[in-house]
Amino acid sequence: MTAPLDQLTPVLRQPERLAALGHAEWDLLVRQARSADLLPRLCILLAEQDRLDAVPERPRTHLLATKVVAEKHAQQVRWEIHRIRHAIAPTGVPLLLLKGAAYLAAGLPPARGRLFTDIDFLVPKEELSTVERMLLAHGWVASHLDAYDQHYYRQWMHELPPLWHLHRHSVLDVHHTILPETARLHPDPDKLRAAARPVPGMDGVQVLAPIDMVLHSATHLFHDGEFNHGLRDLVDLDDLMRHFGVDECFWRHLVRRAKELDLRRPLYYALCYTRKILGTPVPEAVMAAAEAGGPSPFAGTVMDALLRRALAPEHPTCVERFTGVARWLLYVRSHYLRMPLHLLVPHLVRKSLKKREALAARPTRPVVNEK
Amino acid sequence: MKVSELAADDLDARLRGRGVYLRTGPFVCHVCSPIASVANGIHLLYANHALSTDTAFADFHVRLTRPTGLRRWLRPQVLFHMDDRTPFKPLPLGQAFPMLEWGLNWCVANHAHQYLVVHAAVVAKDDRAMIMPAPPGSGKSTLCAGLVARGWRLLSDELTLISVDDGQITPLPRPVSLKNDSIAVMRAFAPHLAMTDECHDTVKGTVAHMGLPRDSVTRGDTPAQPAWIVFPRYKPGSDTSLVPRKKGATLLEVARNGFNYSILGARGFNCLADTVARCGCYDFTYSRLAEATDLFNALEPTVASPAGGA
Repeated sequence: MTAPLDQLTPVLRQPERLAALGHAEWDLLVRQARSADLLPRLCILLAEQDRLDAVPERPRTHLLATKVVAEKHAQQVRWEIHRIRHAIAPTGVPLLLLKGAAYLAAGLPPARGRLFTDIDFLVPKEELSTVERMLLAHGWVASHLDAYDQHYYRQWMHELPPLWHLHRHSVLDVHHTILPETARLHPDPDKLRAAARPVPGMDGVQVLAPIDMVLHSATHLFHDGEFNHGLRDLVDLDDLMRHFGVDECFWRHLVRRAKELDLRRPLYYALCYTRKILGTPVPEAVMAAAEAGGPSPFAGTVMDALLRRALAPEHPTCVERFTGVARWLLYVRSHYLRMPLHLLVPHLVRKSLKKREALAARPTRPVVNEK
Repeated sequence: MKVSELAADDLDARLRGRGVYLRTGPFVCHVCSPIASVANGIHLLYANHALSTDTAFADFHVRLTRPTGLRRWLRPQVLFHMDDRTPFKPLPLGQAFPMLEWGLNWCVANHAHQYLVVHAAVVAKDDRAMIMPAPPGSGKSTLCAGLVARGWRLLSDELTLISVDDGQITPLPRPVSLKNDSIAVMRAFAPHLAMTDECHDTVKGTVAHMGLPRDSVTRGDTPAQPAWIVFPRYKPGSDTSLVPRKKGATLLEVARNGFNYSILGARGFNCLADTVARCGCYDFTYSRLAEATDLFNALEPTVASPAGGA
């Protein structure tokens, strides 16, 4: 089911295939993995399996160079976590990290070779303005958004507008729940916070409980996602489930917790597609139980056609017929799930007009040290 | 095969088709472009460069394209792609060749972290390298071009690649970018070296690119040892003066010019500290290019010793 030139998905599924690649395959693989933000991850995968020395020299140079960038990202994110913790300490609110920063803090497998764009965390809604004020006092300001965007975030979204550090340029996404207020699904953030776990050795820092972490990751990709890092996000899910799945309790409570949090549909897709694309070992009984949360047969067929394309590496060599259409439809779907039509239509019109302006205003000067 | 072995038409046709695999120092760049000025620029300035026969793997896949739409006819533009990325806003079509050069610099500065990449010109004599970090407008490129025209080997006019593993400098021989007044200066100083037509009104002012002596290209695989770090400053009417400067201040200033110094972390610091320790460090002021090149041609390299003086 992979596109004919897709080198990346097959090696993620079966890393032993890496040994058989020739120069031309490596050329495609490096490009596709770079584009999917998975090149450093590939390097770590090879190093863990002691296969790095067997990689031809030229692609190996790229793998090692990108690993340096990932190491720098990890170091920076650790430092930012330290600074955020310091900034919000007076509130007494724990720093409940989400997504990439959580994987890094908790030392979980998806943190390996990860490239970070921002740091996400969750605070109670009633503490949101206090937390924002304290972050402001420590240099994080609302990024360059116009009045409309500011209003949109504060009125409808599940997070503050991204905050941007004046000197260090780190970007924070401060959430008060994991889906927009207007979304179709309503996971209760209090339940997530109640089950959160402390991070050993990092005072005042928490991460979601294992099952909740998987459910959040699934929700982020399959309910709220724009699929710009679809494959990377799927790899996260695969990593987490293989890691937590060693404990049989994880599988036993997964579906029940999804029901409790109103997240059965995203869980269904997550199980289905990690298994299909990356070969994640999901127990049959869990898959069967999750199917009750799946879409109707018709919707399932349509979604399959879309997801199959959107979860391929986002590289021109992996584009099939209708890949662009599929990504666009999923983008529309994510917004449709986010808010009712009477809010959505005016919003999308404004966004599409603004996108044109933004394209015209891209930087001219060579941007060095991007990311 | 060398670029010069291809007829201009043939090169142009290849660039429009499957592209060429151009070897520049340690990198193979796969270049595609349907734009005549790019083919002309490569034909003129990359004549001695090798085309890689192994087209299976390229370090950078770059393309220059002309964005479609009404603009294509009214105000034609050029867009630089590295694979599926377009890091810059389009530029006027006339700046296509400079854009290729700037784009290739961007590729190296953002991806080649096997090196400490410093924004500095670097030239070598007897495989001893002189690193010249300096802000734009300081006369760095002019001095670099002048030395190259008087027997020094060009390693790079923009990107000094210091190997993190062994501290050697890897050459990246590509055309020298000249700006504004230095274009006329170099036409007079080095009439034997090829030069493109001038591109006006770029972000850097008027720009032209100068070709390299054959030796700089054919020895592009031979690394050099860092021997001097010189901060050049062109000051109209000034006398030629070479003054030793402190090593600590030199390290900080070179670090400030590092593209990936912070990404490399401790490795970057150690690499740079070793480099500064083994180099003679100087501030250099000049106004007369011939006097400047004579001075450097007479310069004895310092003995490479971490404990050495200035």
